[in-house]
Amino acid sequence: MFKDIEHLIRLAVVIAILLAVFVLLRAAVVPKSFGEYGHYRGTAIAEIAARTPAFAGHDVCEACHTDVVDQKRLGRHANVPCEACHGAQGKHADDPSSVKPQLPDTAVICARCHEANSAKPKGFPQVVSADHSGGLACNTCHKPHRPKIEDEKETKAANTKPAGGKK
Amino acid sequence: MQIPVEGFMYPNEVELQWSVLIVLYPFITGLVAGAFILASLERVFRVEAVKPTYRLALLTALAFLLVAPLPLQLHLGHPERSLEMYLTPHRSSAMAMFGFVYLWYLMAVLLLEIWLDYRRDIVLKSQSTSGVVRLIYRLLTFGSSNISERSLRIDDRVGYFITLIGIPSAFLLHGYVGFIFGSIKANPWWSTPLMPIVFIFSAMVSGIAAVMLLYMLSTRLRGKPLDIRCVDKIAQYLMYTFIIDFSLEMLDLIQRIYEADESFRSLDFMVHTRLWKSQVIVQILLGTVTPIALLGLTQILKLSEIARKRIYALAGSLTVVGIFAMRWNVVIGGQLFSKSFLGYTTYKMSFATREGLLTAIVLMLLPFAILWVLVKLLPPWPDARAISASGTAPAHGTS
Repeated sequence: MFKDIEHLIRLAVVIAILLAVFVLLRAAVVPKSFGEYGHYRGTAIAEIAARTPAFAGHDVCEACHTDVVDQKRLGRHANVPCEACHGAQGKHADDPSSVKPQLPDTAVICARCHEANSAKPKGFPQVVSADHSGGLACNTCHKPHRPKIEDEKETKAANTKPAGGKK
Repeated sequence: MQIPVEGFMYPNEVELQWSVLIVLYPFITGLVAGAFILASLERVFRVEAVKPTYRLALLTALAFLLVAPLPLQLHLGHPERSLEMYLTPHRSSAMAMFGFVYLWYLMAVLLLEIWLDYRRDIVLKSQSTSGVVRLIYRLLTFGSSNISERSLRIDDRVGYFITLIGIPSAFLLHGYVGFIFGSIKANPWWSTPLMPIVFIFSAMVSGIAAVMLLYMLSTRLRGKPLDIRCVDKIAQYLMYTFIIDFSLEMLDLIQRIYEADESFRSLDFMVHTRLWKSQVIVQILLGTVTPIALLGLTQILKLSEIARKRIYALAGSLTVVGIFAMRWNVVIGGQLFSKSFLGYTTYKMSFATREGLLTAIVLMLLPFAILWVLVKLLPPWPDARAISASGTAPAHGTS
């Protein structure tokens, strides 16, 4: 009776084996904590929390670099966090004497925000760096912590004015 | 590389995220669904005339289905992660659920149907070949060489049932692709409930045209006479499906023009400028109106066999190009305009990169290489069936 459907039974057995392999594989591979809180591995939270932060945070930078903070406060970059340009400095903050951060190349780092792009708001300061500086590093003319050149002139002028001048 | 932008684009819109590979993906799955639906015409609806293409259509569907996920894998990177879609599926993700639709269609529909239909040939081949080839055929028989009348009749009935399930599965497979685009509500170029339906009909059109061309080409290469009755019938079905497809697309267009919502001016401008060649010239005029008119001619005029053959070849080729252009216009077109409706960007296709033109060309050739192997392994020609039947006496019992 089953002779003529034997091939189908064999096929069904193959399919059943494939399904069983899948179920076993799934049980072996899916982490135990999967789905504990949501559609992800529950232990991932503890693992991520245990990692040392790469960023120090601008409060930590400002505790030591007070001169830079004073400069920055006067210019347009007042609200740009230190590590936005200097990169993650967690290691430097932990051990300032042996881990020295590298100065960023201004020709590259400034262009990241200030290279002209029609998608940027019109009021945002942007230049075509090839035309604007011809490949010169931006800090040849601008001070990155207080970038507007006029600002600097004003401060210098204010400092050289005779005593009793407007401060 | 500076991307030419016109007007205002949000920063994340300047560069296109979905490349030519995402154009290939719906194009290839469309060919799969279309080829399968053509095959089911013979099986379920008993259209005897298209019988010579039945097996070729199934093998074409399989060859293209095997390649269908590759554009996605290349686009996303990390192909090893795709298995996680099956291990820990997220039920609210349409893309994850597609993994199951794909697997179902591949394993439960196509492979089973091909296996059942070819089982007699496989058993006969396992007895008449030698060496590695014999081993492959022996494995494919699952150790049962019973090809008695009754067992073949049972296969036929099971195959019929699988095709019955296969038709909605094929609709689901390609409907899903349209669903993905149609459900992106932030994009007015895509977001329409008509999208899955338009995708299914265009899939049928491209699949039917592709199988028709493959049948004509393979018959010519084999130096056999073309069954013109069969091609006439396929061309007729191609025309009917194409008319429905075109009507649906025009319905969508007219609805958009009449509704003229806030996105309309921006999209209308895009169609008249950046998409003018690919949408109006290639997709609509060359890829839709011309093939429908050509196919219509063969229905109205009494043309010679040679003339009909040439017209079918031309109309079929234009159809495939037109459907590819449709996929291009949907995928690329949907990313060229800003969601602010104030600007347009440009798609810059790279050449020898992971998502470049070269990769796209290789991916498009790959199904043909797979099809070539499949055809060698499981000849789909009607005459091959007759030869293998007379060559070896059917064996009974199991080995």
